Amino acid sequence: MTPILDVRGLVAGYEPGLNIVRGASIHANEAEIVVVLGPNGAGKSSLIKAIAGLVPVSAGQVLLDGQDITATPAHLMVRKGLAFVPQTENIFPLLTVEENLRVAGGVLARSEVSPRIGEMFSMFPDLARQRRLAAGSLSGGQRQMLAVARALIVRPRVLMLDEPSAGLSPKFVEMVFAQLSQIRRAGLTIVLVEQNAKAALAIGDRAYVLVEGREAHEGVARSLWDDPVVAELYLGHRRAS
Amino acid sequence: MNLQFIADGLISGSLIGLGAIGVTLTYSILRFSNFAHGDLMAWGAYAALTVLGAISALLGTVAPIGMLSFGWPLVVAALVAMALVGGMALLLDWVLFARLRAKGQSIIVVMASFGASMALRSLLEFSFTSKPEYFSRAIQMALPVGFGIRVTPDQVAMLLVTLVLVTSMHLFMSRSQTGREMRAYSQNPALARVVGIDVARIVRATWLIGGALACAAGIMVGVLVQIRPLMGLDMLLPMFAAAILGGIGSIPGAVLAGLIIGLSEAAAVQLIGAEWRAGAAFVILMAVLLIRPAGLFGVSER
Amino acid sequence: MIDLLGYAAFFLSTALILGIITLGLNLQWGLTGLFNVGIAGFVAIGAYTSAILTTPEAADRVGGFGWPILAGWVAAMAITGLAAGLTGFATLRLKSDYLAITTFGVAVVVQLVTLNAQGLTGGPFGVAFIPRPFASLAETPVAFNFANLAVVAAVTLVVYLALEHLSRSPWGRVLRALREDERAAISLGKSAKSYRIQAFAIGGAVMGLAGAVQAHFIGFIAPNNYLPTLTFQIWAMLMVGGAGSNRGALLGTIVVWAIWVGAGAFSSALAPTDWQARTAALQIVAIGVMLCVILLVRPNGFFGGRRRK
Repeated sequence: MTPILDVRGLVAGYEPGLNIVRGASIHANEAEIVVVLGPNGAGKSSLIKAIAGLVPVSAGQVLLDGQDITATPAHLMVRKGLAFVPQTENIFPLLTVEENLRVAGGVLARSEVSPRIGEMFSMFPDLARQRRLAAGSLSGGQRQMLAVARALIVRPRVLMLDEPSAGLSPKFVEMVFAQLSQIRRAGLTIVLVEQNAKAALAIGDRAYVLVEGREAHEGVARSLWDDPVVAELYLGHRRAS
Repeated sequence: MNLQFIADGLISGSLIGLGAIGVTLTYSILRFSNFAHGDLMAWGAYAALTVLGAISALLGTVAPIGMLSFGWPLVVAALVAMALVGGMALLLDWVLFARLRAKGQSIIVVMASFGASMALRSLLEFSFTSKPEYFSRAIQMALPVGFGIRVTPDQVAMLLVTLVLVTSMHLFMSRSQTGREMRAYSQNPALARVVGIDVARIVRATWLIGGALACAAGIMVGVLVQIRPLMGLDMLLPMFAAAILGGIGSIPGAVLAGLIIGLSEAAAVQLIGAEWRAGAAFVILMAVLLIRPAGLFGVSER
Repeated sequence: MIDLLGYAAFFLSTALILGIITLGLNLQWGLTGLFNVGIAGFVAIGAYTSAILTTPEAADRVGGFGWPILAGWVAAMAITGLAAGLTGFATLRLKSDYLAITTFGVAVVVQLVTLNAQGLTGGPFGVAFIPRPFASLAETPVAFNFANLAVVAAVTLVVYLALEHLSRSPWGRVLRALREDERAAISLGKSAKSYRIQAFAIGGAVMGLAGAVQAHFIGFIAPNNYLPTLTFQIWAMLMVGGAGSNRGALLGTIVVWAIWVGAGAFSSALAPTDWQARTAALQIVAIGVMLCVILLVRPNGFFGGRRRK
């Protein structure tokens, strides 16, 4: 089975010569939830940002559905089917909830925008109720919902999220992950970078542990939690630093 | 007390506000204060003058519209000039500003705009000399409208045109996809790319709109007052002050602030003396920076 | 031949006075990274302060204080430094664009005041009979020019050495660090702002001194001497020379001034009389284009080279 997202030996960093991602290779199969774990500074965020075209790539390849998107500029990624939800500042605070969705819907055909927004509102009824509120006045959890809805509106093939549970109360963390499971059941592929390993592994299919910019361990999500090698990589690494 | 200054203030204030829209747009989207904005106004006025001259050469004198001092040739010239100046703004960005933006420090771009402003102004002086020019030599009668205030038909027309332009801008920014994208980009440039917004298109739209509005403001000043190479420089401080008072990024704010500054200048002329007019904008600017730098409708700096 | 030498001395004196202004700008921009668009205004403040304090009584203007020349210069530095300090205080907690816009406003207001406050500044007629050092030599132009050159050169040297010393001092190092790393500035908090205000004020004081020296050199000042063109020339001089280097600032000044004077002479020689005003405008276009080209192609200037970025 060809993976829908195939990352091979990616080397990337904000400044030339200062690479944070050092030859990482991960892949995701269709309708899978792939979790990327790792200690702080391992380069998890930088990896998906590099895939999304936000961090300069100096070597390696990213293939989406067989198509090479390594050099694709960031703003064209959604058109190729790759949507990204950043960790912070992931909504436009002064636009209303509806405007946030509408501005993201720019890549769709005009006639599709309003129906799509309607679909998002039925998926996230809380957002529907607050459609005219400025997005900046939403609570953290609702903002996250909006950020996810905003990414889904373009009907992506692959959805990438950077620590979606960061800063959220347990109730919202549960809600977010439940929502992600549901989305996966609809056939969407999800790549998830997370610090909250337990919750992520609970819904994940496969997982990677990233250490120092490269994947150090890979396996089926559920079993990784009890895997002593993983614990050592995580905790051992932390102890060493 | 003579209330004439209210009319004068509203009229000059609306022109300041119109120019300030371009300034605030450029600042909120491209993140730099464009010192050449006033000179785009001046170039607009001279461009319209030149096109008007060409039309007159071809068609001879055309009767003015109703009680106005100008006829449809000026309207055509204005539209052509707006397109030209919009294009010039794009060219300026492509040749100079975009390259410097890519290199880093935004203040260097401001410096370049300062250099470009001087060069543009002096090119006008070279081409047209500093002698004032006029669209029409016709003298207009000021008509009373009550409260001891008199206005000319031209002034009423310009006020209406400004109203139309400002309303269109507001609708554009709030209802159109490009307007929404521009607002989104000014709030979070990185997220805008993630969401699929084509930044190059946004930048182009900003320059085209800013240039066209500056041109319109310049032509209106030309109709109501006169055309000189320094006309843009004289408007620069009031426009910057209006953009800051209104709150960077807010178009309604820029317009409202323009009106406030126009009224203050007119009041200053009335109460202190015409020669001190330019000081009003500076006083307001300092007051805003010391008391509430975010302005009336602005958001605190990120 | 002797006339040529006399002229050379005059040229160099004018260039060095402009060089002093550029040195002041180098402190504000080269060392501290502050963008001053109102240089002409600060120079004017210094010139008028010294002129008003030292000139004899005049019909409809305040005067007759009879201060000695040097005292006038010191006052010029103090008042201009104060004005610059206030400007910095009002704007330095905000983005750098606001400082640029405010300094622009200062220059506009200074122009306004010098033109209209006739009781203080003599209005459009300016201030005349400003006492000149070596006034007794005025009869022999060559000696006069050389004596003036000596004074100007001495002042330039003192300012240069003082600024070099400041730049290498711990104070200067802090400023450099603030310029390079904005985040360091934020972590320093309040002190960062006060360092920058100090730098801006001192730079302003230097500009005021130059204005005063020039006023006493020529003997007469008017609002027309302090137009945006001057601000613009100084910026071109600093960027050509190399921002961050005092030596570059002086060399850049002499080069740009030579180009300016040369271009002026060239166009007056070639252009018919009724086109004189127009060709003068071309000089400015040329310098404007040059400034933009330098920013694009060689932002570190030609004579500096101390800053690697």
